[in-house]
Formats: sequence, structure tokens, C-alpha cells
Amino acid sequence: MNATQAPFVCDFRDCNRNSIELVGGKCASLGELINAGIRVPPGFAVTTEGFFDFVGGAGIQDAIYQELTDLSGDDTVKLKAASNKIRSMIEAAEFSTELEDQIGECYRVLSVRCNVPAVPVAVRSSATAEDLPGASFAGQQDTYLWIRGIEDVLDHTKKCFSSLFSTRAIAYRIRMDFEHSAVAISVGIQKMVNSYAAGVMFTINPTSGDRSMILINSSFGFGEAVVSGEVTPDVFMINKVSLDLVERIITTKEVAYIVDHETHSSKRVDLPAERQNIQSIVDEEIAELARMGKIIEKHYGAPMDIEWAVDNDMAAGGNIFILQARPETVWANKKSKPVAVGNKTAMDHILSSVMEGVKMK
Amino acid sequence: MGKSKFPDPHEVETIPGTEGWERMYPYQYQFVTDDPEREQYEKESFWFYDGLHYPEPLYPFDTIWDEAWYLSLSQFSHRIFSIPPVKGVDHRMKNGYVYISPVAITDPKEIEGRVAHFMERAGYYYENWNELEAKWEEKMKKTIAELEAVEIAPLPDLEDISIVTEGIGESSGYQLLKNYDTVIDLGIRCWQYHFEFLNLGYAAYVTFMGHCQKIWPDIPLQRITQMISGIEVIMYRPDEELRNLARKAVELEIVDSLKSSTSFSEVKATLEHMDAGKQWLEALEKVRYPWFHVSTGTGWFHHDRSWNDDLDVPLGSICTYAEKLLAGKSIDRPIEAVRAERDRITSEYRGLIDNDEDLAAFDQLLATAKTVFPYVENHLFYVEHWFHSIFWNKIREVGAIMKEHGFIDDVEDIWLLKRSEIKDALWDLVTAWATGVKPRGPKVWPPEIEWRKGVMEKFKQWTPPPALGPPPEVIQEPFTIVLWGVTNESLANWAELSEADGDVRIIKGFAASPGTVEGKARVCRTVKEIGELEEGEILVAPTTSPSWAPAFVKIKACVTDVGGVMSHAAIVCREYGVPAIVGTGSATKIIKSGQMIRVNGSTGEVELL
Repeated sequence: MNATQAPFVCDFRDCNRNSIELVGGKCASLGELINAGIRVPPGFAVTTEGFFDFVGGAGIQDAIYQELTDLSGDDTVKLKAASNKIRSMIEAAEFSTELEDQIGECYRVLSVRCNVPAVPVAVRSSATAEDLPGASFAGQQDTYLWIRGIEDVLDHTKKCFSSLFSTRAIAYRIRMDFEHSAVAISVGIQKMVNSYAAGVMFTINPTSGDRSMILINSSFGFGEAVVSGEVTPDVFMINKVSLDLVERIITTKEVAYIVDHETHSSKRVDLPAERQNIQSIVDEEIAELARMGKIIEKHYGAPMDIEWAVDNDMAAGGNIFILQARPETVWANKKSKPVAVGNKTAMDHILSSVMEGVKMK
Repeated sequence: MGKSKFPDPHEVETIPGTEGWERMYPYQYQFVTDDPEREQYEKESFWFYDGLHYPEPLYPFDTIWDEAWYLSLSQFSHRIFSIPPVKGVDHRMKNGYVYISPVAITDPKEIEGRVAHFMERAGYYYENWNELEAKWEEKMKKTIAELEAVEIAPLPDLEDISIVTEGIGESSGYQLLKNYDTVIDLGIRCWQYHFEFLNLGYAAYVTFMGHCQKIWPDIPLQRITQMISGIEVIMYRPDEELRNLARKAVELEIVDSLKSSTSFSEVKATLEHMDAGKQWLEALEKVRYPWFHVSTGTGWFHHDRSWNDDLDVPLGSICTYAEKLLAGKSIDRPIEAVRAERDRITSEYRGLIDNDEDLAAFDQLLATAKTVFPYVENHLFYVEHWFHSIFWNKIREVGAIMKEHGFIDDVEDIWLLKRSEIKDALWDLVTAWATGVKPRGPKVWPPEIEWRKGVMEKFKQWTPPPALGPPPEVIQEPFTIVLWGVTNESLANWAELSEADGDVRIIKGFAASPGTVEGKARVCRTVKEIGELEEGEILVAPTTSPSWAPAFVKIKACVTDVGGVMSHAAIVCREYGVPAIVGTGSATKIIKSGQMIRVNGSTGEVELL
């Protein structure tokens, strides 16, 4: 790789909001967090430049775009056939030696850094249009968890590349009149957090829209249980200014997702009765998360929706990781209305206030 | 309309054996059934027990301050500042306990008609706040000086010759009647001033709090009050003088002598034999007037004695501070830290406001709240502490004369009489003295006082219902909102607590200072008991006042029966960064010394472990 050419791979630490075109929204956002001082699981991106090198080097470029010409967004049968054909092509194609070397080297370095031989990683697509405010494509690209060993990492990187050509993604581009050849995809390869507990955090009270509050939902194991709604998570409401824990609801958490070391995937397990009603993270972790939430919000300048996890293997103090952060959308879209309307002076406010009083419902 | 239901005031029964108790209080304080119109009004109104000011039933004489504020608060809201939707706050009594009811104006036309007056009048006060407040201080100082000058002199057998030679033409008997009236009048006048700024002060708080709560629906009240903390007020000066005296004692190396006895007179005798001791006593004398005119309670009751009445109290506090100093610890109030935290919190909240209109309103209203803050604190020193401390003793002087003439058996019996009854008795006393005959009073008052003492005992055993009648849909009266904290939630808590007797595990109050701690409770019913506090215990008290300040350097949390988020305990605990829960209503009755409790100053819950 020479200095003027964009890199095929890029450590998260070198990604930032200006590199969305190169590493996609997800990886750029992780880089942003690292640069803001937020702990995220380490990893690297295979860049869109790497993607172009792949399709170009494998000589499948023309064949792909040939398949896509004259497709109608409504003809689902044809769309599906084209998608299948393209995805098979991509998954059967070979990396260039240079690209394969670079991905392999990054993976080796990552394993050393994590002190885990052939460290299990998440391989996920990081699209260049995803995660941007107002255009949420979440779920349209693929994520592969607990991938271990360079062969599997390479295979799943190709699978992520091919997700750019899922039936839905193709149909969407046709509907929006986007050029197929202009879109590219990056792939993030990131250490899997072996989470003891995980969940989501909003740096706003999602119920009232109060920006001075932080809400944390937490349950044992991986965050899937919380995100999918399979458990009712513990709820912690924290005052953003004082970091006081103002509300604590400990729920009964019957199931959790944990790693299955045989299949390198997560599996659903029933939690033993004696663990079900225990608070899933301790108060110090709640406070640490809230502190991170404040930094993340300050960094982005808007209330955020954050996925996080507490690592099972690492020492306390360095074991809380932020997995994803995106702007909260529900309240952000409601244009904030001033509560003090039409009043000019303090006396006007005082008059309105005594006229209104306090409602007793 | 709330779910909370409270009894009809007319159905609350008189305690057996106290029949006729109504004569101990002004007649207009009764709930009546012989006037259908008034009865209907009382039935439809919402009355809540003013436990904030009256944790115990009122002695007949002490009712003077209730009447004084009944008049003063109401007149300023209704007749002077014309607060548009609000009249005054009505008062009643049941079994010795005071119930109050904010009176609203419901006719929209009438409300509208009051707006212009309110804007002009309240606007004038807010605009000229500092000048008017300076004028207020002068009026108060003058009133206090007048009170100090009133002489309550015993009646001589033969009048002094000067009455003749100076052609005075008035007797000591007339003087006694007149001077008693003067003392009472000055008391009422001083309470006129008490509310001159207070209604507007609270209205400014309500407005600032309301604005913050609209922007941040989940903001705790204590965070709002923190934004107006760290302002220097003279209410803290007495305590500061104690710290200075402790510093001086350490400097003069006389701490051991101070600690040689808990009795000030004994310590004084020791100190008078030492040069350093004399120096220290001089320093003490210098600050006693006015700074030791501080009540050991709220100042509302005759039994709240001042530091000047009982120098053992400040002595104990000075020793506590001196010991801290000798142990190498600081006794400085953490005022700089309080201000830094105030500024941090204010700027963080401010930073969360995302439109210019709300930001401008926030800045304006915060500034107004900060302007009114010193008055809201300082009036307490002038009225409840300084004036009252002198006032109670003047009335004791009247009591001494009544005792001398056989009207009462003990000076302290005077509190069982209404102030109008005292005036009647003084007429009896003075005319009999003038005429040289036996007064009727000595046969009338002692048995009546005996009976009233029994009634007071029965009143104390009774638990007043927290409220009576139907809760209103909206409350606009500023005091009801800020001071008594009447909300749906507090009503529900009251209803719950009045139903649950027996095994209480959780006591709820106002979350006044954040944080959670577990520890050993120490119940101190009076400030004299704070000497028993050990380092790291949790103080459980009826209420606290500046006299209690030394306790706060020792404790790790505080729980009170009475008070809101702007009460003394709340403010001081936030300063020292220890959790506090105030206004629990009953903590001192339920919690025992030595019991382990958990105090969550963020949620307002005390858990008995």
C-alpha cells in the first residue's frame, strides 16, 4: 500500500467521523468513541477501499452490475434471483494476496492485544449510509458473532460484503434511485465481549424526554436478551448532572444469552432461580456507565442510544465496554418547544406561574 | 380530584375528658355546626394539618403567632399584593392542632381584575427589592429596640414620689396594662413585617421551580434548591460566632477549662481566674447581643429558649468545635465547595436547555430566586429568633407579676392562658391593686390552668389526621406549594401513614440532600441532647435550627419530622454533602436510638433495618 492510496484496513483508533466513506458509519462511530476517551472493544475495519479491491481483484465487478441492470423494485422474484446469484459470486471469490495478508496481520495483532489466541470476534457490515441521523438502515446488513481463526474471519468478511446485495438492500436502492456501483461496504472486525451483563443506555429519559436523566436497562449475559425483549431488564434511572441513582427496579431475569464455546456462538440458557432476582450490575458500574454516557452525549451533542457490556474476563475498572452509540431518534425528531412562551420579563413568568398553580390530579 | 380521602372536619371527635377545650383558643378557630353556611364552607374546603410548624398541640398563649400569620400572610396575598387567583390561608383548630386551608378565587373575571394590581404592586417590590429590604431591616431593628425598652414593672404599695413631682398623672397599674398591650402589639407588628417579602419570595421560588420542572420533568427539587445555595446570609452568623469562639479558645489554650463542666456558670467561674479566660469571656460578651438571641428550637414556642437564656447550649457547641480543631480537623463551613458545586450544577443544567426562550427565562428566574433568597432566610433571625427570644421573656415578666398576686402558681403557667385572658386577668389584678381589695383571679385561674394542663396532655397523646375534607384540583397558593410541599404524592403518603399503624419498615419524607448511607440512629428531641451524638451516627430530630449546627460536623445523615427542602437541615446537609430526609412527620416517634437505619436522600426513604 502506498501513501496516496486509501488503506484496505484501518484500526478503529484511526477511524473518526470523517472516515465514514472509508469505514462506514458503525466503524467511524467506534473510532469517534475511542478518540473521545470511551472504552470500546478493540478491532479494525476492512475498508470500502478493501471492498473495491476485492470485487475488482476477483474480476466479478462487471458480472455483479450486469445482474443489476434493468431490475424493477417490484419484481421480487427477479430481485431475489439476482441477489442470490451475486451473493454466491462474492462468497466464492478470492481475496487478493495483499488484502488477505493485511486482514490476517490485523487479526493476529488484535489477538495478541487481547491476550486470547485466535480471539473470538464479531464480524459485521458497516455501511456508509447506515447509522446516519434520519436514515436508519439498522438490521439490513449482517452481523456474525464469535468468529474465530483467520479462515473464518475472511469467510465472514465476504459474507458481510455480500450483504450489500441482499434483496432488500437492492430493492431499497432502486426505490431511492441510488447508483448500485456508487455504494460500498466496510466490515468491522471487533473483539467479542464475553459479557457478564449487558444492555442499553439512553442519555435521556425516553418516557418523558427529560434530558437531565440517563436510563440504563441491564440484564445478565449478552445484550441480545435485552434488545430482543426476551427478558424484562433491570431499570436504573440516573440524574445526569449529579450522577445520583434516582430509581432502581430489579426485575426477574429468567434467561440469558451466553457464549457456547463449542459452536462459537451465543446460546440461550435459563438462569438459576437464585440469580434471577439479583441486580445485574453493581452501583459502581452504573455510575461508570452514566459517566461514559455523559461523555458520549457531549461528544455527539445530542441525546444518545447506547449499547454496552461488562466483560466477564477482564478486571473491574477496565471491563465496561460501549458496543454501539447512535443518536436517540424518538425525542430528537420532536422539535423541542420552549416551555416559557410569550413571557418577556421575570414578572410575566411569575404571573403565569401563580395563575397556573400546581395541579392536583 | 385525588384518590386520597380525608375525614369531614365536623366528624373528627373531641377527645373524652377535654370537652370545652374550644375556650382555650379564639372562637373563630372552631369547626362549627350551628351556622349552615359556614359549616358548608368548612365541609367543601380542604384543610391540612400544619405539622410543619406545629409538631405538638398549641399552648393557648402560643396561638398568638398563629393568629399573627393568619392575618399577615393572608393580607399580603389578598389585600396588598392582590395575587390574582389567591386569597389568604384560612385557619381552624381541632384538639389543639392547627389546620389550614388555602383559599382560591374561582371567578375568572375577578382573577382578571386583580392582574394589573398584582403586576404593579408585586412588580414594584421585585424591582426595588434591595432598597425595600434595607428599609425592612431598619423597621425590624426599631421594633426590637422598642420591645427591649418596654418595662414590665411590679406594682408598688405606694407609687413613687416622681409620679407626683413630675406631674405624670398615670399609675404603675395603668402602665402595666399599657405595656402588656405594647408587647403584644409589637409582636403582631413584627409579624406584619415577617410576610412583607415572604409571599413574593415564595412566588419567585415557585416560578423558578416550575420552570425547571417543565424543562426537566424528573429534576429533583433538591437540585433546583442547590442552584440557589451558597449565598451568605446572617442566619448563619450565630453559628459562625461559635466557631470563632472555639478558634479563640484553642488559640488561648483554654479548651480544657471550657470542657471542665457542662454548666456555663461553673466554667465562667473558672475562666474568671485566668487572664486568657477573661479575654475569652470578653469576646463572648461582645457577640452575645444580638448573635446569641437564637432559639434552640424554631422560636415559635415559649419553651424554645435562646442561647442567652441558657448559655450551656452554646458552650456545648463551642466545645464540640474546639475538640474538632484540637483533633486537627477543619471546622470551616465548606462554603467554597458548595459554591463550586452550585455553579457546576447550574451550568450543566443550563447546558441542557436547547432554545433561547427557555434559556432567557431560566437566567431571569434564577436571578430573581437568588435575589429573594437572603430575605427568605434572614427574616427568621430577626423575627423568630431575635425578637421572639426577647418577647417570651417579657411575657415571663408579666407572669412573674401574676404569680406574685396569686393568679398563677408558676410563671410558666401563663402559657396556658390566651393573650386576651391575660389582659382580662391584668385588669382584675390592677383594679383590685388600685382599690385595695382581693382580686377574683386567684380563685378562677389556678383550677382552670390545672384542667388545661390535663387537656394538653390528652392532646399530645392524640394523632391529628394529616388532612380533612376534599383535596382541590389545583393549588396556586405559593406557601402551600413550597413550604408545606402539598402535592398528590405527599397527600398519598399522608393517607398511607395515617392508615398504617404498627409495623413500619419504611418512613417517607422529602428527599432533601442526596446519597445513601446506613448507620446507627441517634434520636435527639432537643438541641441539649446533641452532646450524646457520636461520630458517624445518623441524627433523627423533630426539626433543626442554627443551634443544631455543631451536630452536622459529626453526623453522616439526618432525618427530621418537620421541614421542607428549604429547611435548615436540608440546606446544611447539602452543604456538608451528607444525605438528608426532612418532613417525615413521625421519624422521632418510630425510630429508636441505636437502631440501624438506611437513609436514601435521593428518594426520601428511611428504611428500618
